[in-house]
Amino acid sequence: MLYNIFIDPFMQMVQMPDLLVQTLWEGLVSGVLYALIALGFVLIFKASGVFNFAQGIMVVFSALTLVGSYEKFAALGFSGPVAAFVALILAAAVMFVFAVLVERVVLRPLVNQPDIILFMATFGITYLLIGFGEMVFGGDPKQMIANELFLPSGSIDVEMLGGRVSFQKLDIAAAVIASVMIAGLAVFFQKTRIGRALRAVADSHKAALSVGISLNQIWVIVWFAAGLVALVTGIMWGARSDVSFALEVVALKALPVLVLGGFTSVPGAIVGGLIIGVGEKLGEFYWGPLLGGGIESWLAYVIALVFLLYRPQGLFGDKIIERI
Amino acid sequence: MSLRNWVLALSAASMLAMPAIDAAQAEDSIFVPLFTYRTGPFAGSGTPIANGMHDYLTMLNERDGGIGGVKLVVEECETGYDTKKGLECYESVKPKKPVLVNPWSTGITLPLIPKAAVDKIPVLSMAYGLSASAKGDVFPWVFNPPATYWDGFTQILKYIAEQEGGGIEKLQGKKIGYIYLDASFGREPLPLIESLSKELGFEAKLYPVAAADMQNQSSQWLSVRRDRPDYMILYGWGALNSTAVKEAVKTNFPMDKFISIWWPSEDDAKGGGDGAKGFKTLNWHAVGADFPLLADIQKYVVDTGKSQVADKSKVGQVLYNRGVYNSMLIAEAIRTAQKVTGNKVVTGEDVRRGLESLNIDEARLKEMGLEGFTGPVKLSCADHNGHFSTFVQSWNGTAYEKVSDYITPMSDKVGPLLDADAKAYAEKNAPWPTRSEACDAS
Repeated sequence: MLYNIFIDPFMQMVQMPDLLVQTLWEGLVSGVLYALIALGFVLIFKASGVFNFAQGIMVVFSALTLVGSYEKFAALGFSGPVAAFVALILAAAVMFVFAVLVERVVLRPLVNQPDIILFMATFGITYLLIGFGEMVFGGDPKQMIANELFLPSGSIDVEMLGGRVSFQKLDIAAAVIASVMIAGLAVFFQKTRIGRALRAVADSHKAALSVGISLNQIWVIVWFAAGLVALVTGIMWGARSDVSFALEVVALKALPVLVLGGFTSVPGAIVGGLIIGVGEKLGEFYWGPLLGGGIESWLAYVIALVFLLYRPQGLFGDKIIERI
Repeated sequence: MSLRNWVLALSAASMLAMPAIDAAQAEDSIFVPLFTYRTGPFAGSGTPIANGMHDYLTMLNERDGGIGGVKLVVEECETGYDTKKGLECYESVKPKKPVLVNPWSTGITLPLIPKAAVDKIPVLSMAYGLSASAKGDVFPWVFNPPATYWDGFTQILKYIAEQEGGGIEKLQGKKIGYIYLDASFGREPLPLIESLSKELGFEAKLYPVAAADMQNQSSQWLSVRRDRPDYMILYGWGALNSTAVKEAVKTNFPMDKFISIWWPSEDDAKGGGDGAKGFKTLNWHAVGADFPLLADIQKYVVDTGKSQVADKSKVGQVLYNRGVYNSMLIAEAIRTAQKVTGNKVVTGEDVRRGLESLNIDEARLKEMGLEGFTGPVKLSCADHNGHFSTFVQSWNGTAYEKVSDYITPMSDKVGPLLDADAKAYAEKNAPWPTRSEACDAS
């Protein structure tokens, strides 16, 4: 047993290095995508202190809006890349309207209420979007319009280390797009006036208000940014599988990432995503068979908990010091 | 009295009148609840089935005025494929005296099995649920025709052996991968796999997929690449199926050696693109809408806007027709119950007798407008399943086409295991009631 745990997996890594590289690549791609989902949570948590339970359904809703709009255009005889990009703009516009509505209907009336009330409100948003999405788009799975959006297909097979490592072009594109998006958002929030305002709001609502920052405007921007992140997440995960309400479950993968990386840190979301992604793939592939397989769904939480033992605030989370 | 008080009084009066309306409804109608899931992670599979079930029963109401002159009251309850919600649905429909329930989830079926005899509500778990519940002597209130998950697994094994050019001895030394939803449904055949792998000499490699990772199967398929199984068998549901097909294509797994139990839809295969051609699944009924009964559904339900089918081309697809088949069993059980008992407005106890006496032969299929759609179904007091044959269908890029003859299950191997499992179930749930229900079927 000890051999199977401590020796054999490493022997496999040495004997089949191509599969080790493939596993690391798959973990890296998953990690980037987890980071993208976690980013949506972090943005909203930083700005409003709310854990947005609706982030998962926002992924589904935005992707369904994109594909559903495209299908409507196609039914009218208007298809192809132009229609796909019009649908993309439309989906982004819908997420903007959604952000405005959330701010007006949910956040503004609940301002100064305890965080738990706002958290419960995001439950309400979740079930509203589920019902509304199902009513408008139905429950049937839809195919992501990957070709129309010029997302690549096929793979690049590289002979290396005595074997073959296959890099899916879609995965490469997903990693690049997610990285660019994360970098873009990081620059936006670090270097622009709105970004500075967001950080001020994150530090203290009252202080931000006192220097003339509009909380309402910031909330709309942040929810819209989270909506765009959800849209990109939906496109990438949807292209890997299909666009259906099952995508909502994928968002749960962000929870251990947040535990690990901290709820308020963009770099934490990225590093946490990569650690969880690579860790769970290595764990499932090399140690999973010892436990009957299917361990990655809980292994991610074990990894996060181990880190928490040493850094309770998460890798990059703010250390809370309360003076008595 | 002010307007506000009038409104309150009227509301209270209407609420008090509701049970009376329900009772009146119950006296001259037959209540058939449908547990469905049009939302949630499994809606992709649940929606077409719900449409097929609903549309067939609605068609009977529209075309024939119900069954035997008695209207059907059809009511859907959304379970989201969640066991807790399914049990809530059961409790909510129980007071309305349903003639049977269709849980549409193995997870929901399992806790309903002990309740069925107590509440006198038969459970129809069509080709899912507990395989051992086929034993009518032990489970008089549970029915799972036309084949169990255990039958299905052996039918796939027989097909594999045939592809290898012979009988089941050809399975000796083969490596067979089993990728499955890590829930009650996917775990159901595990005891059979353990037993048969030893007996037939094949090596079984298991790849469980948690519901949370349905769309994230790269680890499982990396393991497939490492283990290099000769064949892969899939027991998936919802997005698990479409993702598995895509991952198999991505891994370059030969699709003609990737065979599923009967649940994947056209959409599941379509996502794999050209690479998915050759993907295979079991089935026991036709695909397509070219049958008089389906034409009636189109005429009385779909064309009149009484269906929830958003896209008319979905009528006739695999899972829509599966829902139709399920409702055909419901309707024929009610019809048989009316015949056996002489009652027009039947109860759960009557329909249990109807299910045990169910005999849908070729002539009846033709009469219903389903000639060539599926094979006959005959159940008995001892056999609540029938263990009927299935065939293999292959995805050609646009549709499934039948590529094998009908395959019988390995009854000689499954039968004793089912007996043992039913006995073990009764012992584990002691004191399990001894069957006291009389038998009508000859």
